[in-house]
Amino acid sequence: MLKIFTNFADFITFQILGLNQGEHLSEAIHFFIEDTLKIFFLLVTIIFVVAIVRSFFPPERTRRFLTKKKIIVAHVLAALLGVVTPFCSCSACPLFIGFVEAGIPLGVTFSFLISSPMVNEVALVLLFGLFGWKIAVIYLVTGILVAVVAGFVIGRLNMEKYVADYVWEIRMGEAEIPQLSWHDRIEYAKGYVKDIISRIWPYVLGGIAVGALVHGYVPQDFLLRYAGPSNPVAVPIAVLLGVPLYSNAAGVIPIVQALMAKGLPLGTTLAFMMAVTALSFPEMVILSQVLKRQLIITFVGVVTTAIIMVGYIFNFII
Amino acid sequence: MKIQILGPGCPRCQTLADNVHKAVQELGIDAEIEKVTEMGKIMSLGVMSTPGIVVDGKVKGTGRLFTVDEIKKMLK
Repeated sequence: MLKIFTNFADFITFQILGLNQGEHLSEAIHFFIEDTLKIFFLLVTIIFVVAIVRSFFPPERTRRFLTKKKIIVAHVLAALLGVVTPFCSCSACPLFIGFVEAGIPLGVTFSFLISSPMVNEVALVLLFGLFGWKIAVIYLVTGILVAVVAGFVIGRLNMEKYVADYVWEIRMGEAEIPQLSWHDRIEYAKGYVKDIISRIWPYVLGGIAVGALVHGYVPQDFLLRYAGPSNPVAVPIAVLLGVPLYSNAAGVIPIVQALMAKGLPLGTTLAFMMAVTALSFPEMVILSQVLKRQLIITFVGVVTTAIIMVGYIFNFII
Repeated sequence: MKIQILGPGCPRCQTLADNVHKAVQELGIDAEIEKVTEMGKIMSLGVMSTPGIVVDGKVKGTGRLFTVDEIKKMLK
């Protein structure tokens, strides 16, 4: 079905613009047209569907799911619910307090907090559209695994004393969460699509434009020489580079796709993308309202280690 | 009527407050609008996802930026 976008790009590049196949410029233009159309089509349709699903999982309900579960089950559930529960970094604090207040263990809460931004629909759509479904599934599964393992490790470190003291004193009220009709859900989904697209479209376009240039102009195997599997520090460097690019997953993924085509190994690519989505400076600042410094450092340290390991493991097996 | 806007002060909460003001104005009703930014107070109302709207002590909506029209419906 996505072939239609390739055909359309063929038509524009070779028929309308009259460019010749195999040239730098035509490669770049073709890539830009095809990917822009395909990505925006996928973003709108898939985010809409995801938003409908999300409307069934308000955090108040997720919280109830996670109480009184066996610890491993709770970690896995938390990571899975992190994917479907609507979350933005400005509500990270009430969410954190709500979880802790319900008696959900700290480690389980972290599994949720890690998977929620990392395995998000925008990243998955871009991965699916640009890399194909296999890489999207690999990202989804490894992302959930990282969230489970990192959350579990944090839970075992007994860091409850590094949660801000006032958090333990907050008592949550019981509010009746308004029942949604199908009409409400569709309105919610429409608003959600509009909100996300209006926020990310410049990054997506910019990312695809840079990716197109890389596709057209960077020599084949260029990166294989510098950042290939034989370079042992490539993964940690990729992770360090990814951290400041927070919230620009939309802009980063098209560039990364082009880099992978030029020889960047899968493990390094995955580690880089996870660092972009999971580790963000603004989120740490927000979380510092509820976590003491030691716990923030531990959180960042454990997640970074897990992501670097993902990078090495995939570079090793492939 | 008392309308409370729950949120720690992020840009979305600010936009929601603007929308509430517009809705109140368009309906021409007399309402006291209060911003609740303190986390403990937000939580004690039973809300975990911000921004949220509470009308006369009842939670009307959470976790998203409501439009002026939607807010008007909540106020009727």
